[in-house]
Amino acid sequence: MLSRVASSIYWMARYVERAENLARFIEVASSFSLDQPDSGVEQWEPLVRATGDEEYFRNKFGEFSADNVKAFLTFDAEYHSSILTSVNCARENARTVREVISSEAWEELNTLYHFVREASLRQMSQEPAFYDDVVQHCYKFTGILNSTMTRDAGWHFANVGQSLERADKISRILDVKYFTLLRTINDVDTPMDDLLWSAVLRSACGFEMFRKEFHAITVRRVVNFLILNPRFPRAIRHCVEEARESLSQVSGPVPDLQNDSLLKAELLIAELCSTDDDTIINQGMHEFIDALQKSLNEIASAVDTTYFARRPFPEIQQQQQ
Amino acid sequence: MSDLTFHDYDTEGFVDELFYDDRTPRHGSEVLVRRINSLPAEELLHRQQAINRSLLRMGITFTVYGDESGTEKIFPFDIVPRIVEAFEFQHIEAGLKQRITALNHFLNDVYNEQNIINDGVLPRPILEKAKSFRHQCVGLKPPQGIWCHITGTDLIRHSDGAMYVLEDNLRCPSGVSYVLQNRMVMKRGFPRVFADSGVRPVTGYPGRLYETLTHICPNDVPDPHIVVLTPGIFNSAYYEHSFLAQQMGVELVQGEDLVVHDEYVYMRTTEGFQQVDVIYRRIDDDFMDPLAFREDSVLGVPGLMDVYRAGRVALANAPGTGVADDKVIYAFVPDMIRYYLNEDPILPNVPTYVCDREDDRNYVLNHLDELVVKAANEAGGYGMLIGPHSTQDEQAKFAELIKADPRNYIAQPTLALSRVPTVVGNHFEGRHVDLRPYVLYGESVWVLPGGLTRVALRKGSLVVNSSQGGGSKDTWVIASPGTPEAEAEAEELL
Repeated sequence: MLSRVASSIYWMARYVERAENLARFIEVASSFSLDQPDSGVEQWEPLVRATGDEEYFRNKFGEFSADNVKAFLTFDAEYHSSILTSVNCARENARTVREVISSEAWEELNTLYHFVREASLRQMSQEPAFYDDVVQHCYKFTGILNSTMTRDAGWHFANVGQSLERADKISRILDVKYFTLLRTINDVDTPMDDLLWSAVLRSACGFEMFRKEFHAITVRRVVNFLILNPRFPRAIRHCVEEARESLSQVSGPVPDLQNDSLLKAELLIAELCSTDDDTIINQGMHEFIDALQKSLNEIASAVDTTYFARRPFPEIQQQQQ
Repeated sequence: MSDLTFHDYDTEGFVDELFYDDRTPRHGSEVLVRRINSLPAEELLHRQQAINRSLLRMGITFTVYGDESGTEKIFPFDIVPRIVEAFEFQHIEAGLKQRITALNHFLNDVYNEQNIINDGVLPRPILEKAKSFRHQCVGLKPPQGIWCHITGTDLIRHSDGAMYVLEDNLRCPSGVSYVLQNRMVMKRGFPRVFADSGVRPVTGYPGRLYETLTHICPNDVPDPHIVVLTPGIFNSAYYEHSFLAQQMGVELVQGEDLVVHDEYVYMRTTEGFQQVDVIYRRIDDDFMDPLAFREDSVLGVPGLMDVYRAGRVALANAPGTGVADDKVIYAFVPDMIRYYLNEDPILPNVPTYVCDREDDRNYVLNHLDELVVKAANEAGGYGMLIGPHSTQDEQAKFAELIKADPRNYIAQPTLALSRVPTVVGNHFEGRHVDLRPYVLYGESVWVLPGGLTRVALRKGSLVVNSSQGGGSKDTWVIASPGTPEAEAEAEELL
C-alpha cells in the first residue's frame, strides 16, 4: 500500500474516532447536568482540560459555561480538534483514499460531513439529538468499514488509527474526571454516587458492560475496567492490543524485530499486563496516565516513521536485503 | 403545478434527440416517453431531486471557488436522457475507429519519419508552429506502437441531421466517470424503462480500460503493476481519477508517491519500494517530468521520461499526443484518413477555415459575425468568438488577433446543435447538446456504447462546457433488436 494512502486512511479513522468521542463526552455531560443541576460537580471544565488546550479556550471563550464549551468542542472551525474540524479532516483524508475504502464507507462519511456542516451553519448544537446523531453516524461509518473492507493493509491502518485515538481519549477523560471526582470523595473503595461515576463510564460507552462485570461501582473497579480490561473494546489495554495486532498483520519495510512501532506497542502491553489497579492508584493516577499518553504518542510517531514517512531509496533497499 | 409531460413539447425546428421531426418518439425512446407522460405530476421532479441527493451523498461534487464555507455543488444532471439509435451508433463507432486509427498513424509518423510532411499532405510550418508539438517525443516508439490509448471525441449533430467531429481530445479526456455514474443513478430512477428499451450497458468500461493498460505493459512481469497518476485532490477531475482507480482496483498515485531509481519507476509503499509498469497519467505533458518538460512542476516525477524512452514503463496516453488536438492540425484529419488508410472519412469534420491560408483568412475576416473563431490551443470554451452572439467590439478585437497571429486561429460556421428535452423549472424545454463517446485503443480499437452528453443549460446557449453553465445527461445507445448485450443490462436489474 502507498505510504501516503496508508497515512490518510490512518488519520481518517483517527479523526472519526475523535469526533465520536467528543460527541459522546458532550452528550454525557449535557444529560448529567439535566439530571443533577445541583450536583456541585463541574461537568464542563474537565472537558476542556481533557483537550490540553485550556489556554486557547480561555483566550477565545473565557468562562467554562456549557454554551462556551459546546461551541468550542463542536463547531469551532479554528480549533484543530473540534467535532467540525475532525469531521472535515476525516473527510479530506478519505477523499484522497476514496479508491481504497469502500464506496459505502465513503458515502457514510460524506453524509456525516454534510450533516455536521449543515448543523454548524444553523448552530444546531442546542438540539439534544445532535450529539447522539454524530455518534450514530460514526458507529455506522466504522461498522460499514468493518463489514465491507478486506482485512488488508488499508483496514489495518484504519484500525491502528482508531485504536490509538480511542486509547488516548479514554485516558484523557479518565484523567480529568478522576481528578475532579476524587476531590469529592475520600476512599477509592467506597461504593459511591452511581450518577457521578456512571457518567464517566457512559463517556467511555462502558456503563452497561461494567455493570455486567462488577455491579456496584467503586473507583478501583472503574480504573480496572477502563484501563486494564483485556476484553472491553474501549479499555486502554484492549485498544493497544488491537493496534499491536493490526501492526503485526501488515508487512512493514523492516522485519518485525526491527519494527519500532510494533516493539513499542509490545512494550506498553507488557507494562499494562504487569500492573494492577492498586499500583496505579497508589503511585498516582495522573502520573500513570501521563506516562501512558507518552507511550501512546511514541507508538503513533513510530508508526509514522516506519510506514508513512518519505525516505531515500537506497536506505530501504539495504534494509530489505 | 408542473407539466412535466411531452404533450406540449415543441422542438422549435431543431433536430431533437428524443423525437423525430413529426414529433413521434425516436426508436428506443418510446417506452421512456410513455413512462414520463404517465407519471403523476411532481413525480419526475421528485426523482430528479432524489438523484441530486444521491450525487451529493456520493460526493460527485466540485467546490465553488471563492466560497470560504466550502459549499460544494453537484455537476448539474438532467433526468431526461439522450437517445442514440442503433444504426446511428454503428455509424459513429465505425467513424471513430477509423479516425483514431488514422490519428495514431499520424502521431507515430509525425514524431518519427514525418512522411505526411515529406509527401506534402501537411505543410511543415503548420506542424512547426504547433505549440503542443513536443520535441522531447521525437523518435519515441511507444509500447505496441500505440499513442492514443484513451480518447474522448466531441461530436455534434447539425441541422442537416449529420454527426460532425468537433474535437478529438487525445490528451487526458475526462468525463467518463460521469457516464458511469449518470447511468447508475438513472437505473435507480427508471429501472423498468431500461429493461424495456434495450439500452446497451456501459459498465464494462473500467474492465476494458484495465485490459488496454495491461496490453501496453513493457516489462516481462506476470502481473503488471498499473497505477493512475493524478495531480491531486485539488484537480477538478480528481473524483474521476479516484473513481477509475477504484473501479480498476489499482493504486491512485500522486507525483510524490513515485520515484525513479536505477532506470525503473517505483512507488513508495508501506513495505518499501515497488516497481510500476504502466501509468495511466491524468496529468498534462508539461507537468509530468520536471527534468524533461516544465522544470517548475512539483506534480511530476523527475526522470520519468528517461524510463519511458528506455521502454521500462508505459504511459497512457503517450506524451506528445496533444499535437493532434491543435485546432489547425485538426483541420487535416480527413486528409490523414485518406493518406494513411486510403479511405474516405466516415465522420466528417466541421468545415474549418484555417486562417493561416490567405483565402480562408480573408473569408473569416469578412464573416466574423457569422463564424465561430477559435484559438488553436485553447480548450474548455475559452479563447472563442461566437460570431452571431458577439458585439462589434469583440469582432474587432478578434480581427486584430487573427491578423497578428493567423497560424493560431481557425473559424467554423455556427452550427445549430441538436437538442434534447430538459427540465426547466416545471416543464420541458429543448436545450443544445453535444456527445463525447470514449474510445480505447488496446489490442483493438473499442468504442464505449454510450458517452457523455453535455447540455448547455442556458436557453439558446451553444456552450456545453461545465465551466460555463453546462450539465450532463445519460446517453442511451439502443441495441439492435435481438442482440444479447441489451439483455445483459436487463438481467442486471432483475
